[in-house]
Amino acid sequence: MTRRLTVHRAGPGVSIQDRGRPGYLGFGLSRGGAADLLALAEGAALLGQDSDCAALEMAGTGGEFEAHADLRIALTGAPMRATIDGTRLAWNASHALPAGARLSIGGAEAGTYGYLHVGGGVAGPERLGSRSAHLASGLGGPLAAGATLAIGPDPHPGETGQCLPGIPRFDGGTIRVVPSLQTGFFADSEIARFESTGFRRDARGSRMGVPLAFDTDGFHSDAGLSVLSEIVIPGDIQITGDGTPFVLLCECQTTGGYPRIGSVLPCDLPWVVQAPPGAGLRFRFVTLHAALAAERSAQVHRDGLRGTLRPLVRDPAEIRDLLAYQLVGGVTAGDDGDPGVA
Amino acid sequence: MTPETDDISTAAAGADRPTIRTVGVDGLLVSFGARLSEPANRAALAFRDAVEAAGWDGVAESSTSLVSTYLRFDPVHADHETLRAALADLLAARDWYAAPLPEGRRFWRIPTVYGGDHGPLLDEAAAAAGLAPEAAIESLSTSRVRVQTIGFAPGQPYLGELDQAWDIPRQKSLTARVPEGALTVAIRQMVLFSVSTPTGWRHVGQTALRLFRPDADTPFVLRPGDEVLFDAVTPEELDNMRQAGPDGGATFETIR
Repeated sequence: MTRRLTVHRAGPGVSIQDRGRPGYLGFGLSRGGAADLLALAEGAALLGQDSDCAALEMAGTGGEFEAHADLRIALTGAPMRATIDGTRLAWNASHALPAGARLSIGGAEAGTYGYLHVGGGVAGPERLGSRSAHLASGLGGPLAAGATLAIGPDPHPGETGQCLPGIPRFDGGTIRVVPSLQTGFFADSEIARFESTGFRRDARGSRMGVPLAFDTDGFHSDAGLSVLSEIVIPGDIQITGDGTPFVLLCECQTTGGYPRIGSVLPCDLPWVVQAPPGAGLRFRFVTLHAALAAERSAQVHRDGLRGTLRPLVRDPAEIRDLLAYQLVGGVTAGDDGDPGVA
Repeated sequence: MTPETDDISTAAAGADRPTIRTVGVDGLLVSFGARLSEPANRAALAFRDAVEAAGWDGVAESSTSLVSTYLRFDPVHADHETLRAALADLLAARDWYAAPLPEGRRFWRIPTVYGGDHGPLLDEAAAAAGLAPEAAIESLSTSRVRVQTIGFAPGQPYLGELDQAWDIPRQKSLTARVPEGALTVAIRQMVLFSVSTPTGWRHVGQTALRLFRPDADTPFVLRPGDEVLFDAVTPEELDNMRQAGPDGGATFETIR
C-alpha cells in the first residue's frame, strides 16, 4: 500500500514545515521552517525519528486527513480538538492512524500553531534543500483540499500510544531578550519603559513576525529614518516608524533598516510564536552569558525528550469500536497505539 | 534598567576600522564601517568569502549586508571567544578594504517604467531630492549602480550609490504594498523588490524582472558586484517584455 496522506480539508494556514533552509541568508532567503521548533522536536521524539522529518504546521486550525496505509501520527504544539473517526485523541501524544480512517483536527484550544507529524515524515521533493513552505517568498504555499502527500518509510511502525508532558507555552509570558546590534540606538529610559510595559500579542501576525499591542506611547530610537540596512535575525524586536514593536519570526526579512531594541532568545521564541491574539507578553533583558546558559539547558531538554515519554493512560470505555481497530490494524489492543484519551 | 552587555568591540567604531559585535545569542557581525562606502562594501564581500573558505567548526551560515559580514553558529557547540579570536586573526591577515570586487560580475540593463501608476512616489521622491520629475527620471535612468548586497527578500538587491541629491530618508509611514519588480529609492540607494511587501522606500518605477526563481538552475538572478542600468521604457514596451518571460526584457553582458 502506498504511504500517502490525503488532505480532504485544510485550514488557511496549513503548510509543510521542517527545520527550514539554512544557507540562503546571503541570497536574501530566511531560514523559515517550523515556527515552533520545540514542537517539531517533540513530534520527532514521540515517533522516535529524526527531527529533520517534515510535518504539517497548522496555524489556528487543522483540517481533515485520510491515510492510505497504516500510519503513525503525533500531535504537538498548540492543542487542538482532534479525532479519528469520531474518537477524541490526546494531544502531545502518538497514535495509530489506520488506512481509511479519517483524522479530523479542529481549532486551537490554546496557542496558535499545532503540528501533525507522521511516522517517516512528509516526503516529496525538496526545493533549495528543504520541504518547508516559505510563505512570505512564495516558495511553496499553504496546503489545499485534495492534496495528497507522500509519506516516508517509518523507522518504527506500530510504536504508538506514547505521550509527552509537554511544556505549556500557549498563553504568553515573560520573554528573555539580549541586547543586540542596535540596542544602543535606544535611550536607557526607552529600554526601561519597554521592559516595564505589558504588551499583548496583536491579532495580526504571521510567520514573518508578530506586532505587539500596548496602551502607552510608541517607542522611539535615536536612529532616525536613514540608518543603514543591517542583518536581521528571527527574534529581533523591530521598532517600526510608528513606534510599534514587532517580534520577527522564522520567515522574517534578512536585512532591514528599522532599529531593533533587542533580540529574543531562540529558546524563548516558541512562547512568542504560540501566544494567541490578546495574550500578555513582557520582555526582560538578560546578559549574553545568561542567554547562553538558557540555550544550553534548552538543548539538554530537547535532547532528552525521548526519555520523558510515558505510555498513554487509556480508559477502555472511551475507546470506540475496539474490535474494528483490531481488525483493521491486525494487532491487538494491548501493544499497539489505538487512539486513547489521556 | 540599562541592559548589561557582554559585547566587546575589538576595535573602536571608527570610520574605517572593522568591529566585531554579537548579533542576538548565536551570531557575530564584522562591520567595516558605520556608513556605506565602496571599500567597506568590497571588504565585507571578500571577508565573507574568506569566512566560508575557513570552514570553522560550528558555523551554520554566513552572509553579507552592505558593509558587514555576518555569521551564525551553534552556541552550544562553538563559543563566542573562540570565534571572535578567529575573526580577529582573519581580519589582521590582510587589508580587506583593498580587496577586489567579486569575479564574474555582469552589467545588466533592466527596462523600467518611471512615474505614474508604475512609480506613484516618483514626484514626491524627486521633490525630496530637489529635482523636477523629468530630471529625476533622467538621473535615475542614467545612473549605473552596483549590487552592494542581496537581502531583505530572496534575490533582492540593494544598489548604489546614487548622487548626493538622492540622500533622502525613508518614509515615516509605510507604503502598504509595492508590487514585485518595484524600483524604490532612499539614502542614495535603490532597492528592486523581489516580493510584494510593505516598505518605507519610495516606489519610483516598475520593472518586470523576476529576481527569485526557486525551480530554475539559477534561483537568484542578481549577485553582489553586478552593475545595473535601469533604462526608461514606456508602459506598452514593459507590458510586451513582461509577456515575453521572467526576464522582463532585462539583458546582461559579462564585465571584463
